Amino acid sequence: MRIQIALAALVLIAALTAACGGREDNELVIMTHDSFDISEAVIKEFELANDATVVIQKAGDAGEALVRAILEKGNPSADLLYGIDNTYLGRALEQEIFDPYEPDLLGAVPARFILDDTGHVTPIDYGYVNLNYGVAALAELGLSPPTTLEELTTSAWEGQVVVQNPASSSPGLAFLIATVDYFGENDDYDYLDFWRDLKENGLLVKDGWSDAYYTDFAPYGGDRSLVVSYATSPAAEVFFAAAPIDVPPTGNVLIDKATFLQIEGIGILKGTNSKNLAKNFIDYALGLRFQEDFPGKMFVYPVNEDAKTPDFFKFAEEPTRPADISAQEISEKRESWIQNWTEVVFR
Amino acid sequence: MTATRLLTIGPLAFLALFFAYPLLSILARSFGGGAFGLQPFEAILGDGYYIGRIWFTVWQAAVSTGLTLLLGLPAAYLFAKHGFPGKTVLTALTTLPFIMPTIVVAMGFVALLGPQGLVNNALMSVFGEGAPQVNITNTLTIIFMAHAFYNYAIVVRIVSAFWANLTPRFGESAAMLGAGRVQTFFQVTLPLLMPAIWSSAVLVFVFSFTSFGVVLVLGGSTFATLEVSIYELTVKLFRLEVAGALAIVQLVFTTAFLLIYTRLQTKGAVVVTFVPQNVILRRKRSTRDIVVAAGIVIALLVILSPLWALIIRALSTPDGYSLAHYGALFSDDRDSFFYRSPQKVIWNSVRFALASMGIALVVGTAAAYVIAGRRRSSIRDALFMLPLGVSAVTLGFGFLIAFNRQPIDLRGSWVILVIAHSLVAYPFVIRSLLPVLRGMPPHLKESAALLGASPRSVFLHIELPLITRALLVGATFAFAISMGEFGASMLLVRPEFTTIPVAIFRLLAQPGASNLGQALAMSTLLMAVVAAGFMAIERLRYRNLGSF
Repeated sequence: MRIQIALAALVLIAALTAACGGREDNELVIMTHDSFDISEAVIKEFELANDATVVIQKAGDAGEALVRAILEKGNPSADLLYGIDNTYLGRALEQEIFDPYEPDLLGAVPARFILDDTGHVTPIDYGYVNLNYGVAALAELGLSPPTTLEELTTSAWEGQVVVQNPASSSPGLAFLIATVDYFGENDDYDYLDFWRDLKENGLLVKDGWSDAYYTDFAPYGGDRSLVVSYATSPAAEVFFAAAPIDVPPTGNVLIDKATFLQIEGIGILKGTNSKNLAKNFIDYALGLRFQEDFPGKMFVYPVNEDAKTPDFFKFAEEPTRPADISAQEISEKRESWIQNWTEVVFR
Repeated sequence: MTATRLLTIGPLAFLALFFAYPLLSILARSFGGGAFGLQPFEAILGDGYYIGRIWFTVWQAAVSTGLTLLLGLPAAYLFAKHGFPGKTVLTALTTLPFIMPTIVVAMGFVALLGPQGLVNNALMSVFGEGAPQVNITNTLTIIFMAHAFYNYAIVVRIVSAFWANLTPRFGESAAMLGAGRVQTFFQVTLPLLMPAIWSSAVLVFVFSFTSFGVVLVLGGSTFATLEVSIYELTVKLFRLEVAGALAIVQLVFTTAFLLIYTRLQTKGAVVVTFVPQNVILRRKRSTRDIVVAAGIVIALLVILSPLWALIIRALSTPDGYSLAHYGALFSDDRDSFFYRSPQKVIWNSVRFALASMGIALVVGTAAAYVIAGRRRSSIRDALFMLPLGVSAVTLGFGFLIAFNRQPIDLRGSWVILVIAHSLVAYPFVIRSLLPVLRGMPPHLKESAALLGASPRSVFLHIELPLITRALLVGATFAFAISMGEFGASMLLVRPEFTTIPVAIFRLLAQPGASNLGQALAMSTLLMAVVAAGFMAIERLRYRNLGSF
C-alpha cells in the first residue's frame, strides 16, 4: 500500500511540475528585490492600457536577484530586472545580462542620476544611505549628533554605533564606500584606519538592515544610538508611527561626503520574448503616475524631476554633498574594499 | 519489479532528482563547467580565515548540541512519564520555538534580556539605578542559548516518543534487584534510550552546524559560520568557484559526521519491547514525582519566555495594551500590490506545509524502511540525511538552474517551494522512525505472517500502531519546518505565494513602530496557527489501539 502511495506521489509531483511550466501570452514578469513596493492600482492601469498581465517575482535581496538573473542568462524567467543600483551596476554590465533601451523620458532625468551611459540600465529611483540617530538616546547621553566621522572614534561614542556588514548588506556596503570617499584610500589616516579605530571603540556589525535597526538601535530596545540607515527613515518613522506623531523619534546625521547616493534602475533581460511590453513598462515607470506613487511606498525619491514627493517627505532631508564615487570605480574596487574591511574589522 | 525494489527506488529517485541533480548543476556551473581544478580548495584551505570559520562552525555546533540535550532530556522525561492536565497544549508550546523566524526570536531575546528588556527593567526597579545588568546581547552565550532554544524541541519530541512506549520491565527488574533510582536511570534506562538520543542529537548538531540566521542576528557578523561565508561569496562577492568549494567542504564535514553517527547508531541498536503508554504512565505518584514534574513544567515555561516577551510586545501600543497592531494587519489602507490579508497568508502557509508534510512522510517512511531493513545500512542512512547538511544557498540556486526548461520549468511555481521544504523535512521522519523500526522485534511480524496475515494487514495491525507515535513526531516536524521556512520562500516569492514568515519580513523591511508591531502580531498568529496544527496532528493518534 505504501508503495502505491509513494508512486502516486511521484506521479503527482511529475504531473504538477510539468503542468506549471509555460508562460501565458502577454505576461510581463518583473524580477526584483524584496523591498520593492508599488500600489496595486498603478500596476492595474498598466495592465489595462497594454492588455497584459504583470507578474512581480521577488528574488531575495538585490544581490540575490542579480545572481539569479546571471545564472539564468539567456533563458531568463523574467523580462525585466528592477533594483540594480550603482553598487551592483558593474557586475550586471560585465555579465551582459541586459539589452539596451533608451526611453524618451530620460530627458526628464537630471544627469547625475544617469547610471549607465551605455543605456542598459534605466534609473528609476534614488535615495541616500547615512547614519540615523535615536533622538531620546542622544538626549539621555547628553550628546548632540556628530558633525564629523572622526568624532565616532572618541570615547564619548564608545559602543554607540551599529553598522551592517558590507559583505552581506546593501546599506552596509554603501556606507563603507562613503567612508572611502570621506577618508581616502592612501591618506595618512585612511578609511581602514577609521574602521580600525571604530572597531576598537566598540563597533557592532550586523548582517542585515532589519537586524541592526530592530534589535540593536536604541529606539527599538537596543543599546546603540547610531545606526546605518536611510535619509528617509525618519520620515518613515512618522508615517509608520504606532500613534500619530509630528516629530520623528530618529534623525539624520548628514555629514558632507559621509552619505551615499544610491540610484536604482531597471533593465530588459536578454532573451525575453516580451521586449515591446518590457519597453512600455520602462516608459511607464519613468512617467509621473509611477514616479509619484512609489516614494510613499518604498521611501525613495523619483528620478523624474517633474514628479512630486508625498507631504511627509518634509521629515526627510536630502544631503547636499554625498560621497562622490563613480559606479565604475565601485565596480573595480568593491571587492578589495570589502576584503580590506573584513580584514580590519573581523580578523 | 518487486514491491521491495520499488520501495527502495522511490526515495532514491526523489533524492537523485531533487537533491543530487540541482546540487551537481550548480557546482558544475560554479566551476565554469570545465576542468574541476583544485585552486578554489587551495584558496580556502590555505587561508587561515576559512580554517578559523570551519573550526568555529564545528565547536559551536558541538557545544550547542550538548546544551540542547541538557535542556531537552528532562522535558522528554516529563512528557514520556507523566500525564497531567494541559499536556497537549504544553507539548505544542514546547515545539514552537523551532518554527519562529530568527529575527523574531532575536527580538524576543532583546525584549527579554536587552538593555531595556523586561529582566533589566525588573532588576532596575528592585535594586534602583545602580542595579546589576544582564548584558549578553551579541555574545557567544546568546548564540548557544538561541541554538538550545531553537532545537531542544527536537530532543524532547524524538526522545519522549521513544521513551513513552519503552517497556518499564527492565527498570522494574533493576529496582527489584536493589538498584536505586539514579543507578537504574544511568545503567538501564539511559542505555535503552541511546538510539533515540543519538537520533535527536545528530539532527541538532547538523542544524547548528549549518546555522545561518540565529548566529548572525543574535551574535553579530563576527560569528560567521561556513554557511554565512558561502552566502557572502555567492551573493555579494560573486565568487562562485570559491563558494562552491566551500559548499563542498561543508558537505564533506557533514557527511563525515553523519557517517560516524550512523555507524554508532547501527551498533547501538537494541531490540526493545514497546507497550502502550498507559501501562507506563505512573499511576501512583509520589510527592517527589509531582515536585519534579512541576519543576520541569515551570522550567519549560521559563525557557519559552522569549515568546511571552514577544506576545507582550505585540500587544503594546503607545496607549497601553491593545489589539491595534492586529487591526492594522488586517486592513489594507495602503493599496500595496504586495499586501495579502492575513487569512490568505495563513492559508498559503498551511497548504504548503500540508503538501510538504505529505511528501516528507511518504519519502521519509519509505527511506526509513529501506535503511532499517538492511544490516550494513550506515552509508545509505547518511546519504538520505545529506539534504540537511548541504548549503541552503547553494542548493537554492541549484534548483533555479536545474529546473529551468520545459517540461520542468519550476522557477515561477510554488511546487519548487514545497519540494525544497520536504527535502529538509523528510530526514526528521527518518530519524523519528528509525529507533522504533530497529527496536521492533522481528518475531512480531513473523508470527503474524505465520498465522496467515497478509503483508498489508501485518502493516496495518502490527507495525502501524507501533510506529504511529514516531510518525506523528515526524509529521509534526515536517509541518513545522515548512511553516517556519524563510530562505527558499524569499528567493521565490510572488505576491500570491506570500507565506507567514515572508509577510513578517516584508513588514520588517521598513522602519517604523507600526511595522514592528504588525510584524510581531503576525508572529503571534504564526505561533497560534502552528500550535493548533501541532494539536491537530496529535489527535490523529491511532485511537483504537489505546495510547500507543
